[in-house]
Amino acid sequence: MSSDTDLSTTTGGAAEAHEQDDLYHHEISDKNYIFIALFLAVLTAMEVAVTEISGVPEALLIPSLLVMMLIKFFIVVSYFMHLKHDSALFKFGFYVGLGGAIVLYSVMLTTFHFFIT
Amino acid sequence: MSDTTTDPPVTPESEGTDTVVADVVPAGYDDGQDHIGLVHHTSTGLSNTKLAMWLFLGSECLLFGGLISTYMLYRNRQGDALGPDQLWDIPFTSATSFVLLMSSLTMVLAVSAAKRKDERGTRLWLTVTALLGGLFLAGQVYEFTVFYREGLGYTTSLFSSSFYTLTGFHGVHVAVGIIMLLALVGMLAKGRIIGDKAETVEMVGLYWHFVDVVWIVIFTLVYLVPA
Repeated sequence: MSSDTDLSTTTGGAAEAHEQDDLYHHEISDKNYIFIALFLAVLTAMEVAVTEISGVPEALLIPSLLVMMLIKFFIVVSYFMHLKHDSALFKFGFYVGLGGAIVLYSVMLTTFHFFIT
Repeated sequence: MSDTTTDPPVTPESEGTDTVVADVVPAGYDDGQDHIGLVHHTSTGLSNTKLAMWLFLGSECLLFGGLISTYMLYRNRQGDALGPDQLWDIPFTSATSFVLLMSSLTMVLAVSAAKRKDERGTRLWLTVTALLGGLFLAGQVYEFTVFYREGLGYTTSLFSSSFYTLTGFHGVHVAVGIIMLLALVGMLAKGRIIGDKAETVEMVGLYWHFVDVVWIVIFTLVYLVPA
């Protein structure tokens, strides 16, 4: 047995094997991918429809657009990119970048008084 | 070792590699050349390529976060020049957004076909994805041309500079994605992919989906949220 093999089987190899085994049971069928894509298309249509409706107050319009945007974002990341059922290390790598960007640029926008109307 | 798995012949070359694969492959799964979704022979037991791709995408969040934030700051800084409200053609941009969204579907179908080892299906869906990406890019070029003719140059205002930089950077990412897709189709056709083909397709897929999620954010924040 090589040293690499020993490492993968002794340091978390069993846990990773369990994670990989989970992956097999979370395979999404092509039909379900089509349903997910249709749902995303409907959400996009709803976003456009909300902006086209006149008289919607900004206090309601902007949060609703942001919520729909976030739903679409996490559906694509979770299901199309398979991050929902993927390794915690991959999730960590991506969400640290995403979270870091949100925190960093929120601070930057706050510094420039972006949120003060 | 599980009773349900068949022991592969242990040779000096395979010792320490195939034996581990046999340990983790659930019964009934293929044990061919492409070990899809299996534990990799790395210190983490995960694919280093995939880990690198996710870290790269995490860093891309910082890049696009900076560009989006800059646009948000400057979107009302157009002075007497043209502003977002006079320029946006929401029905047109919605159509191009829909095209990019559907390209994510075709990409995931390509990954799915690759996992089934359906090479013809993989190449077909990858080609369709590249075509949809090309259609989106053509829409963006058309949009830029219209805006330029209406008087919105790159240096017209802070708004125009930040808008073109943000959407231009995204467009370049789409263009790079199309090149990757077409190169992948060619390499698959010529059998030049070394190692796990499904993982290679999945890596290109991750990049492509990321380009799509960035557009999801841009479409809402730039085009739909009122300035």
